[in-house]
Amino acid sequence: METFINIILFTLLVVTAIAVTRTHGLFGVAMLSGVFSLLSALLLVTLDAVDVAFTEAAVGAGISTVLMLSALSLTSRHEKESSRSNVVPLLVVMCTGILLFYGTLDMPNFGEEGSPAQNHVSKAYIERSPSEIGVPNIVTAILASYRGYDTMGETAVVFTAGVGVLLLLSGLQRRRRKEYKKSGKL
Amino acid sequence: MIDLFTLNFILGHINYWLFIVLMMTGLYIVISKGNLVKKIVGLNIFQSSVFMFYISMGKVSGGTAPIFPLDMKIDSTTTYSNPLPHVLILTAIVVGISTTSLALALTVRIREAYGTIEEDDLVSIELELSTEELSAEHALTNGRKA
Repeated sequence: METFINIILFTLLVVTAIAVTRTHGLFGVAMLSGVFSLLSALLLVTLDAVDVAFTEAAVGAGISTVLMLSALSLTSRHEKESSRSNVVPLLVVMCTGILLFYGTLDMPNFGEEGSPAQNHVSKAYIERSPSEIGVPNIVTAILASYRGYDTMGETAVVFTAGVGVLLLLSGLQRRRRKEYKKSGKL
Repeated sequence: MIDLFTLNFILGHINYWLFIVLMMTGLYIVISKGNLVKKIVGLNIFQSSVFMFYISMGKVSGGTAPIFPLDMKIDSTTTYSNPLPHVLILTAIVVGISTTSLALALTVRIREAYGTIEEDDLVSIELELSTEELSAEHALTNGRKA
């Protein structure tokens, strides 16, 4: 049953991704990227990552779509047909894909219990977090307590990005007015 | 090489391969499309597929979400999926939205400065500007000589 759901979700994801390449209206592209995020949130639920799933649904499908739409309202709504040929990109993508495929051959099977990823620190976190932190959700315990400094660094990144966006976009109106005045004088 | 591909192996790896297909679709959009907003969408698709790939490595079959019962009476027979990839990806999603917003802000500025967000047009405008600059410089040095 789980494999069945997985495969259906995957098919939908691939269809959405291909639809993004085919659509030329940028509003449609923004909506499709929201759909992609929601579908990936569903897939994350089947992979037991509920915290990640609702973050992806809120951030990927919500905030990012809003940002995309507001950027579109300040730029343009249609994509021009590209003049370049698709052969080189296809070739690059194929080569990268084959290399990555080769890389997966050494990986443990999906969901295997004895795989290296499951056997080192993660086990210790699962065993020790109830007595050391006492929070039911292990992800919260690691995020906010064991790796609290990393989360603090993350907020620094978000802050920097926010300042960057403000610096880039502030004065948009002011510059426009200046331009208008200049053209009025000439 | 051939005996590697048993049914068990294929079923255990098909998830990874499907993620690679998704990743490559994203990469294809980034490389082949000229529109800057579309490039950002392609980058997002690539990013989400990497996230899902990462999470799928932490999945334990028969396991459940890494959340204990509320009364903290932990049944030692329950297997939990690996919580570490979840934590990493939670951070990565938030960092991803920051980079997306920065990229979109840059796109808005490019549109303001050049009047277009198509790569082809941007390249031709840049070329025009640089040739103009070059010829102006040329005229200046020639004038000085004469």
